[in-house]
Amino acid sequence: MDKRNMTGAEAIIRCLEAEGVTDVFGLPGGAILPLYDAWAEHEHTIRHYLTRHEQGAGHMAQGYARATGRVGVAIATSGPGATNLVTPIADAYLDSTPIVCITGQVPTHLIGTDAFQEADIQGITMPIVKHSWLVSEVEDLPRVFREAFHIARTGRPGPVLIDIPKDVQLRRFDFAYPKQIDIPGYKPSKHGHPRQIISAAEAILAAQRPVFYVGGGTVCANVDPADLIRVADAVRMPVVTTLMAKGVFPDSHELCIGLPGMHGSKAANWALNQADLLIACGSRFDDRVTGKLDAFAPGARVIHMDVDPAEIDKNRHAEIPIVGSLEFVVPKLAEALESRRNGGPPPAAEWLDKVRAWKAEHPFRYRNSEPLKPEYVIERLRDLTADREVIWTTGVGQHQMWAAQYLQIDQPRHWLTSGGLGTMGYGVPAAIGAKVGRPDATVINIDGDGCFQMTMQELATARMYGIGAIHVVINNGWLGMVRQWQELFHAERFSETDLTMDLPDYVKLAESFGIPGFRCATVDEVDDAIRSALAVGGPAVIEARVDREEKVYPMVPAGAPSAEMIDVEWADDDNAWVEEGV
Amino acid sequence: MSLHTLSVLVHNKPGVLTRCSGLFARRGFNIDSLAVGPTEDPTRSRITIRVDCSQQSVEQVIKQLYKLIDVLKVHELGSAAVQLELTMIKVDSSPERRPEIISLAEVFDARVVDVGPAAITFSCVGEPDRLQALEELLSPYGIRELVRTGRIALDRDGELGKRPRMKVVA
Repeated sequence: MDKRNMTGAEAIIRCLEAEGVTDVFGLPGGAILPLYDAWAEHEHTIRHYLTRHEQGAGHMAQGYARATGRVGVAIATSGPGATNLVTPIADAYLDSTPIVCITGQVPTHLIGTDAFQEADIQGITMPIVKHSWLVSEVEDLPRVFREAFHIARTGRPGPVLIDIPKDVQLRRFDFAYPKQIDIPGYKPSKHGHPRQIISAAEAILAAQRPVFYVGGGTVCANVDPADLIRVADAVRMPVVTTLMAKGVFPDSHELCIGLPGMHGSKAANWALNQADLLIACGSRFDDRVTGKLDAFAPGARVIHMDVDPAEIDKNRHAEIPIVGSLEFVVPKLAEALESRRNGGPPPAAEWLDKVRAWKAEHPFRYRNSEPLKPEYVIERLRDLTADREVIWTTGVGQHQMWAAQYLQIDQPRHWLTSGGLGTMGYGVPAAIGAKVGRPDATVINIDGDGCFQMTMQELATARMYGIGAIHVVINNGWLGMVRQWQELFHAERFSETDLTMDLPDYVKLAESFGIPGFRCATVDEVDDAIRSALAVGGPAVIEARVDREEKVYPMVPAGAPSAEMIDVEWADDDNAWVEEGV
Repeated sequence: MSLHTLSVLVHNKPGVLTRCSGLFARRGFNIDSLAVGPTEDPTRSRITIRVDCSQQSVEQVIKQLYKLIDVLKVHELGSAAVQLELTMIKVDSSPERRPEIISLAEVFDARVVDVGPAAITFSCVGEPDRLQALEELLSPYGIRELVRTGRIALDRDGELGKRPRMKVVA
């Protein structure tokens, strides 16, 4: 490759181009100024979106990455700029989202002197990155970028951080982007062990009560949903999809039992707990799924497929572990099952009937009465957009759980939510990032009022670039999920959770950003608000003022066995119940 | 819970030790001792870590260590491995007690590395149990200061060095 003499700052841009990056999110500052100077000075093919907060940039990179399957890029300056990226980095770490964070650092001769805007961001983020670099020699930049993108996107994806001192950005050198990559300490497994795959297939064919426990790793690995369906269909087994996996196995598929865990369906939790074989696929036995671990699925053997060997036996012992990239492992398992099936009726037919009966008897449901119910708003959003491709994002809390319960999603990468870290404020910037990555799709952020207020300044970013995601604020005037715990487990002492319904005025707030705002407070007003927002063709805000006391059910109390869900009393003859959801 | 000795071969780069030790803290594993130094290859360092945890936890530690990009090889050393530690002990000693203390220490092959008006400093290399015994023997005289390196260890060559390979899923 020809070498060209350039500054470190220009080299960063050339590195991003070489990695095929077309969009980045960031906010400049002193220590990253040389990069931004090069951005303006040189011709290149990368669009930069100026955010209003670095946390917004990080979550936008995440939303972009999750919606497109490509690596998201966020840029910030040193010190406070870098520390504002900490939350998105932690979020991306727990949800295995590939992002590259580029931070400016004070000049090398000032490192360690408590210089202005100095923070040891590499040290601060060490426990929450897949890997990180402090680049002290400009000649290392191309290699570091090559490694960073490779590490972020391969194996179990995750966030990486590149910290670049200001003087390194200013130094000149002869640039060439490396074609080859050699990282001796990094060799993620690809193909699962063939014998283990056969053992798994035999165990599945012999099981009486198998459950396919599909997690977010299948989305990360771009597993073809058709291959997951082949595996489930080979023995006609029920499938539960965790919060991170929603959509990768179609919600509308007859074998899909949906969400397990704290606010999952009774059918999903009972199926897991009564199973004699769990086929865990890119799932990690998270406490929000298992409840009390010792009591979880007591009679089940476990097949555990994951690209990360450290997930095997971490929380639950696996009798048949398969370490490999799921995009290779899942189709091989499907083949092994199909070639060994002997044509007779699947042994688990009765089991499937039983689980489906649970699902039919215990759907997600709510009483559709005044005041306006949040579940109703989400159902109308679902139904009024049924004819188009929608990518959904959420914040974290009650609205997130209702969205998980009531939206029907049939494709991977169409449900972007903060699962592991539970980051309030994820929804707005994630939706903006998703819309940048998928401008052809409708993007709807179902948010809570508490969450929305954490990152709503990014409406300015949305307006400035005309990034037309729709933000729906499910406003109950509370930190709703915290309030729910206070009501159920803390004797109704509503300590510091009342946000009040009217602060801020969301319609005026939207309008102050030059964004149309629509309000609905009754059943009659919901459709109009949604239709109006969809008709805008640009960013829009809907405020849905909902019942302040509605709670998410069913619920597994934290630390309780997941088979024991609390629920309200359901009167069979009450016509006001709406029995829907997926 | 029991003590396990892990030998971790890493890239000799800034921050690698922090990544490794930080991982132990973050995942709630207790480090009993830790020693780090260069190897036969200047680009590599070897960290010897003693950790107090269950067998299941030590397997999890090994897997987590392997996830660190700068970690090249991890293995658990068995009881047959050669394990040594260095200690230095400064003991109160009036001139008239010197001969007695020195002859005691010689039993342990301890070397006198410094003698002052009122104290002697010994160094001693040995298996950790032996160093412990030396320390106990000297403590009635009054130990002023003591430092230990933490153990370092290597597998033996030949039959003794062969141990059942740790079952790591891959």
